[in-house]
Amino acid sequence: MEKMKIRKNPPKPKFSDPDTGIWSWIVQRGTVASFICISLFALLVRVCVSLHPYSGAGNPPKYGDYEAQRHWMEITINLPVKEWYRNSTINDLNYWGLDYPPLTAYQSYFHGLILRCFDPKSVSLYTSRGYESYIGKLLMRWTVLSSDALIFFPAVLYFINVYYSGKPIKEKTSVAWHIALILLNPCLILIDHGHFQYNCISLGLTVAAVAAILSDRDVVGSVLFSLALNHKQMSAYFAPAFFSYLLGKCLRQQNPVIEVAKLGLAVLGTFAVVWSPYLYSAEASLEVLSRLAPFERGIYEDYVANFWCTTSILVKWKRLLNMQPLKLLSLTATISACLPSMIQLIWKPKKSSFLYGLLNSALAFYLFSFQVHEKSILLPLLPASFLAMEKPFVLLWLTQNALVSMFPLLTRDKLIIPYIALHGLFILLYHSPGGRQHKKETQSSFGTLRLFLLSCFLVLHVVYLTIAPPRKYPFLFEAVIMLLCFSQFVVIFLYTNTKQWTPSKPSALSTEAKKHL
Amino acid sequence: MNHRKLHHNSTTQNQNQNEQIPAASIPKTCGNQLYHFLWFSLIATCIKLLLIPAYHSTDFEVHRNWLALTHSLPLSQWYSDETSPWTLDYPPFFAYFEYFLSFFASMLDPTIVHLSDGLNSKSHLTILFQRVSVTLSDAVLFYGIYRITRKLDPKQKYLIWVLAVWAPGLIIVDHLHFQYNGFLLGMLLISLSALENGEDLLGGFAFAVLLCFKHLFAVAAPVYFVYLLRHYCRGGLVKGFGRLVVMGSLVVAVFAAAYGPFVYNGQIHQVLRRMFPFGRGLCHAYWAPNFWVFYIMFDKLLAFLLVKMGFHVKAPTASFTGGLVGDSSPFAVLPTITPLISLVLVLLSISPCLLKAWRDPKPSAVTRLVAYAYSCGFMFGWHVHEKASLHFVIPLAIIALKSVEDAKHYFFLSIVSCYSLFPLLYEAQEYPIKVLLLLLHAALMWFGLSSYFGAYVPKGDERSHSSAVVRNADFVIGWFGKSYLMGMVVVEICGQFLHPVVLGNKLPFLPLMMISIYSGFGMMYSWIRQLRWIIGSI
Repeated sequence: MEKMKIRKNPPKPKFSDPDTGIWSWIVQRGTVASFICISLFALLVRVCVSLHPYSGAGNPPKYGDYEAQRHWMEITINLPVKEWYRNSTINDLNYWGLDYPPLTAYQSYFHGLILRCFDPKSVSLYTSRGYESYIGKLLMRWTVLSSDALIFFPAVLYFINVYYSGKPIKEKTSVAWHIALILLNPCLILIDHGHFQYNCISLGLTVAAVAAILSDRDVVGSVLFSLALNHKQMSAYFAPAFFSYLLGKCLRQQNPVIEVAKLGLAVLGTFAVVWSPYLYSAEASLEVLSRLAPFERGIYEDYVANFWCTTSILVKWKRLLNMQPLKLLSLTATISACLPSMIQLIWKPKKSSFLYGLLNSALAFYLFSFQVHEKSILLPLLPASFLAMEKPFVLLWLTQNALVSMFPLLTRDKLIIPYIALHGLFILLYHSPGGRQHKKETQSSFGTLRLFLLSCFLVLHVVYLTIAPPRKYPFLFEAVIMLLCFSQFVVIFLYTNTKQWTPSKPSALSTEAKKHL
Repeated sequence: MNHRKLHHNSTTQNQNQNEQIPAASIPKTCGNQLYHFLWFSLIATCIKLLLIPAYHSTDFEVHRNWLALTHSLPLSQWYSDETSPWTLDYPPFFAYFEYFLSFFASMLDPTIVHLSDGLNSKSHLTILFQRVSVTLSDAVLFYGIYRITRKLDPKQKYLIWVLAVWAPGLIIVDHLHFQYNGFLLGMLLISLSALENGEDLLGGFAFAVLLCFKHLFAVAAPVYFVYLLRHYCRGGLVKGFGRLVVMGSLVVAVFAAAYGPFVYNGQIHQVLRRMFPFGRGLCHAYWAPNFWVFYIMFDKLLAFLLVKMGFHVKAPTASFTGGLVGDSSPFAVLPTITPLISLVLVLLSISPCLLKAWRDPKPSAVTRLVAYAYSCGFMFGWHVHEKASLHFVIPLAIIALKSVEDAKHYFFLSIVSCYSLFPLLYEAQEYPIKVLLLLLHAALMWFGLSSYFGAYVPKGDERSHSSAVVRNADFVIGWFGKSYLMGMVVVEICGQFLHPVVLGNKLPFLPLMMISIYSGFGMMYSWIRQLRWIIGSI
């Protein structure tokens, strides 16, 4: 009887609810169609952001990250591999010396070749320092753009396919929304295509690693994550989660030792391949290694919203303690902050908690580790965007705070317009009509608090841009932004940790995992 | 009804996969539609903001100069000032608009509106102000689109919004190249929506205002005249005449408001001379892809053949590729085209649609008629800019979903039109932007139109044509269309990548000429298709 009634006027409900109909024309074409459109849009946004200035544009003598990346290209294509990390008369390490792992160096070499092909002046040894030109900027921007399109985008498609395989079709209508939120993360776009860095490569490799592990290809996942580590040492923020999830999983196999050995070999093998030019002597490897850990830069820089910087208002860490105890202290703090999440993963290595584990360990590193930069907030943001379906509110909250915490940096880079546009774009996408259809969370209790915080942020932005700070406290506004963001990050950190420990309602991923078991 | 659905939803939520609505969201109101529309427009606005530092053409300085001269000179000198070569040549309402903007500009930075100090000002504030003024004035465009789509079925609405609000051509011309077409087209859409709705007086008024902003829109004036005469001024001789008087006095009032002050100052001749500079020649430096491209090519071919056959042909003294063309004839064999010939051709080509408007003034067909008139103006007009194709592409977006034929035509036309705008952005920095804009638009159109026409189509209300849509009428681009679009890729690759490698700096105009000619074929095809529809429906 019920069925008869339905057949009489079948698609009527489609039109009575505009929310559903709005994207039906693209959603019904499948994930790939949505992905094509969204990635074209995401590329367009990236190109548009890349029109704006990069960090240190026209600002001698040190310039900024753009000059650092260009300088690495200059060094790598003009010197033999062994000289890349070695201080010499030709390679002055005090001027933007290479301090990223070898994979970054190889990538610089590759991009340097392209640059030399089209604009040889931009990478010539010595003479190209501080080189800035129209075509040089374009070529540099396009190397980031192509890295993004060739590594990050396919990795996201892989992740989405794995994440949604086996989910009921009902949830598939939200796939487009989820893709958009991952690809159009405003912080990543602003840092990579505005400020100028290649985070898309290491983050893309991490996304692929996560996807591989979610689809039970643990060896592939380990290799990919090792590559990510070898591109940017900051990827170590995720290492505890990878380590404990894979360990927990191996321990449940028949032969834990063999499983662990397999993964260990994969990791060691990858490292050996990437580091092969430096493995001829222990001295050479240590030379590279020492470049990767710039402890001399102090426990924190500028005004980053982490524990050390925020508490330094009260406790002058740098004056109170020497480098060595500080290192130890921050190490202990980081490990103890990661520990709950790690224990949970070893104890119950479920796929859904793996994603939480990534978020928690990245946040723990951001909050407590040594020498954290504002930009490091990109790392916790990535797993937060994976969890967009389950905890959209966390993503929104974290992204907005991350953006605000980077605001002073972006103001220095003259990226205020893209900051506003991308912030707006993210909020629009988050609230896109017909975007996320299920599990509407009621955040009414947060409502007023959220409104209060948002208006605080708005006022802070205006004040920051228009009013000069009192002469006695030139960094007053930065400190206020830092305090606000730090408190939010801590709240989010505690919340996601408890979420990892409390067994959630059986989500599609975990039910699927159960089915497999 | 609602109750049953609620029940049904809760029971079969898991099994029924087509049913995607959570039960709570069924009672949706009009406010929601507005919110959705705002969402679409704000997404576009974010992209426009990001484009602020991009390349802009000399039109940027043109509009800056107009800000300065309206701000610093008395009205009587607006049209005679020659401080800058970029003199004011738009109708008075546009000058008033610049005058209005100049107040905000002078508040922000007085040099922007300074007649001599501001010349070629490229400060951050100038760029920010002018770019933001275009973005804000697009609100009129958005209102026009919202108004003309308000009666459509939601599913159609969303698709049309995707086509029109995110139109790549408008972004290229307004937000990269720099012009204010968005709000002018918005006014055209407001006028068309009023006509479609039977509010003829409002429609006529909006069109008259539009004409006083930009006179290039006057190409559709004959259609408006005939349509309003037959549709509005009917109902007997007395009533009809009364209505004619009402409409006439309304239009006269608008024109008096625009030109009155200049008549009073004795400037009207100067205004008209500025607005109609016939000395500029038949074709623009970059040929708009219209009929004249074929005329020029045919002339060149004839001259070539005649020379081969031994005849003596005098080479033309003026060249088409060298920018502005003076008085001398640029043709070797074929007769010179005067503005009058061009005007007669435009009127001749419009005449079928005038006949149609005379015999059957239907509100539902008016958008199509006006769009056709603009394509005629584009095909045969004097000194046509490639940007003028937007005048009919945007209105045609509104009716793209009326039938599968319309959808195919629009798919094709909007790609051709957008591609023909490529030469406007010739710098390397904007290259990926224009390509991505076109690809994104094409992908959205392809997925949107093909799933719209592949799936169920509701029986529309009587006034619209959607009832004519057959279920499962497939949206298929034939081999002809496909090979044309593939050829476009080939032309682009040849012009952009092969040309510099093979020919170097020789024949610099060749890539542009190829784009003109190739898009010219597409435009010709689109024009013939529209003409066929008009003739078929008389």
